[in-house]
Amino acid sequence: MTRAVVTGIGVVAPSGLSAEEHWRSTLAGEVRVDSRDGTLAGRVAGFQAEGAVDPRLIIQTDKWTWMSLAATRQALDDAKYDPAAHDPYATSVVLASGSGGNEFGQREIQALWSQGRRAVTAYQSIAWFYAASVGQTSILHGTKGPNQVLVSEGAGGLDSLGAARRVIRRGTPTVIAGGTEAPLSPYAIVCQRTSGLLSQRGYRPFDADADGWVPGEGGAVLVVEDATTASVRGARQIYGEIAGYAATHDAYHPDRPAPDSAQLERAMRKALADAGVTPDEVGFVMADGAGTPALDALEARAIRAVFGRPVPVSAPQGFVGRLCSGGAALTVATALLALRDGVVPAVGNLARPGHDLDLVREPRRLDADVVLVNARGFGGFNSSVVLRRHREEGLRDAG
Amino acid sequence: MSRRTVVTGVGVVAPGGVTRSAFWDMLTAGRTATRRITFFDPAEFRSQIAAECDFDPRAAGLTPQEIHRSDRFTQFALAAADEALAESGLDLAAVDRDNLAVSIGSAVGATTRLEDEYVTVSDHGRLWEVEERYGSRFLYQALVPSSAAAEVACRFGAHGPAAVISTGCTSGLDAIGHGHQLIEDGDADVVIAGAADAPISPISMACFDAIRATSARNDDPEHASRPFDATRDGFVMGEGGAVLILEELEHARRRGAEIFCEVGGFANRSNAFHMTGLRPDGLEMAEAITEALDQARLDPTAVSYVNAHGSGTKQNDRHETAAFKRSLGQHAYDVPVSSIKSMVGHSLGAIGAIELAACVLAIRYGVVPPTANLENKDPECDLDYVPKNAREQRIDVALSVGSGFGGFQSAAVLKRWTS
Repeated sequence: MTRAVVTGIGVVAPSGLSAEEHWRSTLAGEVRVDSRDGTLAGRVAGFQAEGAVDPRLIIQTDKWTWMSLAATRQALDDAKYDPAAHDPYATSVVLASGSGGNEFGQREIQALWSQGRRAVTAYQSIAWFYAASVGQTSILHGTKGPNQVLVSEGAGGLDSLGAARRVIRRGTPTVIAGGTEAPLSPYAIVCQRTSGLLSQRGYRPFDADADGWVPGEGGAVLVVEDATTASVRGARQIYGEIAGYAATHDAYHPDRPAPDSAQLERAMRKALADAGVTPDEVGFVMADGAGTPALDALEARAIRAVFGRPVPVSAPQGFVGRLCSGGAALTVATALLALRDGVVPAVGNLARPGHDLDLVREPRRLDADVVLVNARGFGGFNSSVVLRRHREEGLRDAG
Repeated sequence: MSRRTVVTGVGVVAPGGVTRSAFWDMLTAGRTATRRITFFDPAEFRSQIAAECDFDPRAAGLTPQEIHRSDRFTQFALAAADEALAESGLDLAAVDRDNLAVSIGSAVGATTRLEDEYVTVSDHGRLWEVEERYGSRFLYQALVPSSAAAEVACRFGAHGPAAVISTGCTSGLDAIGHGHQLIEDGDADVVIAGAADAPISPISMACFDAIRATSARNDDPEHASRPFDATRDGFVMGEGGAVLILEELEHARRRGAEIFCEVGGFANRSNAFHMTGLRPDGLEMAEAITEALDQARLDPTAVSYVNAHGSGTKQNDRHETAAFKRSLGQHAYDVPVSSIKSMVGHSLGAIGAIELAACVLAIRYGVVPPTANLENKDPECDLDYVPKNAREQRIDVALSVGSGFGGFQSAAVLKRWTS
């Protein structure tokens, strides 16, 4: 079977404007959630679209797309992969998008209702909709392979990797995958508040005092390649293999957690089986860590059931907030950096561990080759990905 | 041993006919459902016409809670899924619901509800810092269109993979293509696959007004959607949804299901050219068609019906005609090509699923739906577009294509099933 490996990482997140900045901030345990005008959020500080994005594109697109284009540029540079140097059909773009071009959309609806229909700009038709970032990326980099846009809220980042692997197995060797999100415009914040899941105090996954999550912006874009073509072209690094993936749905209630963790467990077990690894081989779990008492308890239960041993559990997203579709993509980037450096990052913003889990309080050494990543989406989506150190180079790099 | 996908159920919510049979009656009669917009006063807009659904969610069997929580597009998806499942004869109590998946396409999700609520929380666009206390408790469902897949999964107890696929105007084809791949790859045995959109709202009309993509033939709404006609002046907005029950062949056989047709192939490509512009050569759409036919192991000459994207914009119909010639060769001149958008309008992400539903029915009933309103020959569109009147004809292979903003080009091939 074709192996799908990650050869490039780009990050635009509250924790930093590159993979290395993000990793340093994560290991240092910096909380990047702050309050402005009474709204707690993980904001991307210092990001300038100018310089990162072509000025003509800036006016045509939302901030969510700016961050996506900037992260893509980084990931391609990191992978030393230039789509223009390859057959245009050899590259695809498969991103997750949870909520689209929020600020752009609010501005245009505002213009319509306060000034009339002539105030709506020509770019509303291409900036707000969920496919905007994928379309712009494909056009900018000249990629003609099969594109896809996955929408499954917080699970989307993992679903994009599952879909990327499917595209690779069907013959397109390179996929730009992952996702970003920019849900901090006033209307998007109000929409999220109505869910009743946001905390007014802070995002503390698995903390005894957890009372909800805090939204954040940003995410990560990854270059995913067929391992064979990556090695033939001499990719400068392989962060790891997307060895397993599975998705399930609770199918219980569209806005209430399931009474049990059966479907999350099933996603984890299926992803492990798909990778051909046993739970004992997993070095740590990157949890979804939704930060509500009920959802954290369900995930803790699922992890205990699947592992039957105190496996180390982390959820560094507590440092940056919950980035909707961008979140799981960023978590995967973090997990790959953890594999590279042999360090498990700590659970973000954890003060009082609240569940019967081996929660990682300080960065600790990682000796294993396999990481399991969980992500859930509002409404009952469960996805799991198994990342494995790439076999040929992995152990040598870890040395 | 490769896994094959068959279609065992069809459900449709379309303008002019909110059940599958009403939809098919309308298509075969060549009636159009385009009219002056009734959902709001369109007087201010450049395009004041649309193909609206006369849809009553209670009559369609939705629960009061589903109706209260959901935007209209989700309601379309639920109603179409209900009809498709009922028709498939699938016993949900007997089916392995861990392997029952959901794949719903939508281009613009809950845009209508988001706008309606925005008018309230912003006090008619006066406030930028909008007021939360006036908002619906279900605004988060509207913000994240994945809620449509969640609603469908919950209604039917589908524990398999679920997602919304949102690739703009090819969402419907791509969602069904995704469902087909889930079956091929062994990730599901049955997939509730389709699409829905409900974009007849002021912001959607305004944004297409701004780029003059929609028809301004406001004095003659019934004849405004004119694909391939020399006098066409843009697409007419539509709404609706359709769902196909996709099933792994042996699964369908074991339970003795009626098989409508087989999904022979699906492919998508991107033109990497422009968010809204199309090159006249149709190259990437042709690539998608060729790949889909290859997967079905069919020669282009085997295609007996082409369901066109046929949006009725100047550039689309030209682009597509070129793509058919490029991929089907001389056969492009012989095969009937039609656009049902002439009758049901262009419901953005939903239309790909509605058109594929039409292809399933075309194969089953042996009728090619017409292109309504096609009266004046365009020298650049010189194929057989089945003007005005449906044709009775045996159809063994139907090809359906879609093209959308962002450069997306998709193609699906359906084959008559013979045991």
